[in-house]
Amino acid sequence: MAKSHAEVKVLGTWASPFVMRVRIALNIKSVAYEFLQERLWEGKSELLLKSNPVHRKVPVLIHGDDTICESLIIVQYIDEVWPSAPILPSDPHERATARFWAAYLDDKWFPSLRAIGMAEGEDARKAAIGQVEEGLMLLEEAFGKCSQGQAFFGKDQIGYLDITFGCFLGWLRVTEKMSGIKLLNEINTPALLKWANRFCNDAAVKDVMPETEKLAEFAKMLRGRVRATPTS
Amino acid sequence: MAEVKLLGTWPSPFYYRVVWVLKLKGIAYEFIEEDLNNKGPLLLQHNPVHKKIPVLIHSGKSICESMIILEYIQEIWPQNSLLPADPYDRAIARFWIKFAEDKVNPLAFAGFYGEEQKKAIRDSLEMLETTEEHALRDKTFFGGDKIDLVDIAFGQLSQWLQMVEDVTNVKLLDASKFPRLQRWINNFKQVPIIKENLPDYQEMFAYFKALR
Repeated sequence: MAKSHAEVKVLGTWASPFVMRVRIALNIKSVAYEFLQERLWEGKSELLLKSNPVHRKVPVLIHGDDTICESLIIVQYIDEVWPSAPILPSDPHERATARFWAAYLDDKWFPSLRAIGMAEGEDARKAAIGQVEEGLMLLEEAFGKCSQGQAFFGKDQIGYLDITFGCFLGWLRVTEKMSGIKLLNEINTPALLKWANRFCNDAAVKDVMPETEKLAEFAKMLRGRVRATPTS
Repeated sequence: MAEVKLLGTWPSPFYYRVVWVLKLKGIAYEFIEEDLNNKGPLLLQHNPVHKKIPVLIHSGKSICESMIILEYIQEIWPQNSLLPADPYDRAIARFWIKFAEDKVNPLAFAGFYGEEQKKAIRDSLEMLETTEEHALRDKTFFGGDKIDLVDIAFGQLSQWLQMVEDVTNVKLLDASKFPRLQRWINNFKQVPIIKENLPDYQEMFAYFKALR
């Protein structure tokens, strides 16, 4: 396919878990790409505004003359254009299950993780932590069913659901550090705890997973910026 | 025992999406009506995480979330394809399906009052503008000459939106401001499978008016 040889660029930021999904997918496929870093605190670039006029968000994949937006849509696109080393399961029911948990992660679980950092007062914080822990127990069970005794949700190699969930591990660890609570632990989520280490050490992930320290500093800076902004 | 079962509830637009696609592809199925005030064991067994309809049960396996169900149906029964074959065109279709999922929810609008309603009106108008200018543009259907999963995803704009406008007395889709969308609504409702499978307007209006 002539198309698969066209130039690939990724518009994104180093801290965004959604951008990470795209970079991991390209790494799995051994596709070379240029990473164009947005400096979102300085305002959005011309290229970003032109490439994603509807949402003005990263990540954006630029493949030849085409632009594709929305992290999971980009991952599916990458899987279809470069069919070697498949990312989505081949079985339609397993694919539906992977999509189901991906939607759960984006619509329910990650917002509940972010809610911990934004909670005002001890009661709100405890409630937010409770929600995240409940979600992790569901995901622990899902891991058992999807992995079928193997290393990843995608069985013997990382797949769609590993990428969707794994990209949040950096922010999960920052939240654990800031709250002093081990959200992934030996008692409630033993399988996920081991999976998290395997995921972060995978060749496709290692170089794009930000260090927890760096992310924590970034989170502090963001918080300071939010607090300094006068509310209207 | 039917191989395909659909758990659903009248007049949920999410349930209707699955009905439309099953019928467009000529797939026989058994409909099992759920009473959402008294959720049955089948629903709780097959959608334990969200306990919501629609749920598709195919040879005993469950699939949840309407648009995920539709991608599943498209993969198992590829006849009368409802997604583009080209990966880029498919990515664009999925982009608009996600946009519809995130932004199009006329039934939720019925629950807003006062300041919340004002914001909801602004959001709805923005959504309609983006849909008209970027998604639909000059095409007959979102899918081009015939409907595809993007049209199905936007299906709520066809009848449910008008019903909510009548129940709340708020006009959102002014035909003079959104001529292409108005034309799309008329065309969509004339597609035979859609026309034969829409909830009765008067019944739906009475139902939501009573709820409000």
